Amino acid sequence: MSALLEVEELQVTFGGRTAAVRGASFRVEKGETHCLVGESGCGKSVTALAVMSLLARGGHRSAKRMSFAGTDLTSLSDREMARLRGNRMAMIFQEPMTSLNPAFTIGSQMAEVLTRHKGGSRAAALDRAAELMGRVGITAPGMRLGQFPHQLSGGLRQRVMIAMALMCDPELLIADEPTTALDVTVQAQILRLLANLKREFGLSILLITHDLGIVARVADHVSVMYAGEVVERAPTAALFRAPQHPYTRGLLSCVPVPGRVQRDKPLGSIPGVVPAIGAGFAGCAFRSRCAHADETCARAIPRREAGDAHDYLCRLEPDWAELQPA
Amino acid sequence: MTAAIEVENLRCEFRVRTGLMSAEKRVVAVDDVTFSVPAGSVLGVVGESGCGKSTLARMVLGLLKPTAGTVLVDGRRLFDLDRKARARLIQPVFQDPFASLNPRRRIKDIVALPLEAQGTFSRGEIERRVAGILERVGLSAAMGERMPAQLSGGQRQRAAIARALVLEPRIVICDEPTSALDVSVQAQILNLLADLRRDLGLTYLFISHNLAVVEHVASEVAVMYLGRIVERNETDALFRSPRHPYTKALLESVLTPEPGKGVPDIGLGDAMPDPANIPPGCRFIRAAASRSNAAAMRHQRAWSGLPREW
Repeated sequence: MSALLEVEELQVTFGGRTAAVRGASFRVEKGETHCLVGESGCGKSVTALAVMSLLARGGHRSAKRMSFAGTDLTSLSDREMARLRGNRMAMIFQEPMTSLNPAFTIGSQMAEVLTRHKGGSRAAALDRAAELMGRVGITAPGMRLGQFPHQLSGGLRQRVMIAMALMCDPELLIADEPTTALDVTVQAQILRLLANLKREFGLSILLITHDLGIVARVADHVSVMYAGEVVERAPTAALFRAPQHPYTRGLLSCVPVPGRVQRDKPLGSIPGVVPAIGAGFAGCAFRSRCAHADETCARAIPRREAGDAHDYLCRLEPDWAELQPA
Repeated sequence: MTAAIEVENLRCEFRVRTGLMSAEKRVVAVDDVTFSVPAGSVLGVVGESGCGKSTLARMVLGLLKPTAGTVLVDGRRLFDLDRKARARLIQPVFQDPFASLNPRRRIKDIVALPLEAQGTFSRGEIERRVAGILERVGLSAAMGERMPAQLSGGQRQRAAIARALVLEPRIVICDEPTSALDVSVQAQILNLLADLRRDLGLTYLFISHNLAVVEHVASEVAVMYLGRIVERNETDALFRSPRHPYTKALLESVLTPEPGKGVPDIGLGDAMPDPANIPPGCRFIRAAASRSNAAAMRHQRAWSGLPREW
């Protein structure tokens, strides 16, 4: 397998001080769903925005390597990047209402994506829009094309966003918390849709989420982020079977699982809060909350191999957990 | 045992206009809801957005007058009590502690406000009580000196809980108290709420869209759909053998962290029916009907013989 998107040692700073992403590395293989998982402020959304060159003003990115289908993204000009964005790599966001223009119809917004990138007539673009709306499970696409965003429900708006992202037949879809604003029943429908599209169109998906349930059900590979770093990377089954990083283990113990709830016992939780990371921070960012931390954690932390495509950043040897149950 | 909360045939209607010239419509947000919560227990209310669960919470708190029906809290009608007496009896904890805490006041002043509003506590008594409750919810005295913006989401929610408990109410309405929090913090807050209930003998009405959270905290669960309680049962029984098709669909759509299981095909239609235009009969039928007519007919037959509460 060859990687469609390769990110190595991505750094993002804001105003030269706040380090939002600190050396994140991951690969999205062709045709796979890769999940970036982490809690608020861990840098997962900023990572996606950095890949798309959509960082807010004051944001600065640098990377040892950032390539998309063999193209070096760091060397592209703004215009070249604009040609790629929405065309070969598309992005959908958490709240579709804020990413759709309330003053234009669904049809004109969808058609614009195609005519802008690929040219052609507006009529042909509208046909393609109607076809894709059908594909994402919107009934009566003809009527929907003439409607405005506020006339659609949240689930429908997210389907429109997905259809719009598919207009130019992208190779990579970046989805940033696409179902967080939706009800659980609608969430299941949207995630099923994404899985089907991945199969049908051969899409690669970079899915950003805080929800480990979603990760378990849709991801092929997972990168766990904490305080701007990817602290563990693994195939999904391996991550849930044998998590290595203490943060990953803590996170998994926090999730109440329906049907396996022990009401008399407290849930596992991670004490403390994420530390503020300034310039010049060294060592493991999790050490202030970690039960296994010692003085070596303040120095450079090795990346250890725990299996096939499974590695993590910690001083502890693989399968330390079996030796000393948490 | 007396019921801490007793709700009978509760109904709430809103009048809405969908456009400038269009006729007024009536939206029934809560329709004929009846339940009781025994003292010291937790009733979980689950349902999706727009099902009426927050409207229900506002009526139980006495913030919204029901169109019909009665709410008894600790055996008394809320609307017969004045605000001060109500505040001593029942308190809310809301979803977003950013929105519910005054951004211009220090945490300890925010927590002291319910005591000051009573007008019967001395300065020293207020200080003593605020310090005690802050410590109880896990906030240091130094945290009390800070402004809400200087606290993390979890710390703000602890402050909101401290404010709710400072008057030592018997009943707390928790409306999505952990929905805005990260999972690791959510676990801290859920554990805190469980400890407080046990130690102080509190009764909770716990509203959430997260089924796993409700299963963790509630002794009994009510499932709401379009303003009605479609199923109510003891928690273990409800999760083990859900009976209403909507409860089943809701449970099936929860994504547990189990790799390899994929995303379930729950096969519901596009959306809930418009609450301003509810179809007659079973409210779930239209959503179920988009799956298949035969299944919908089966549901109708199967559920038509159920008692009203279903």
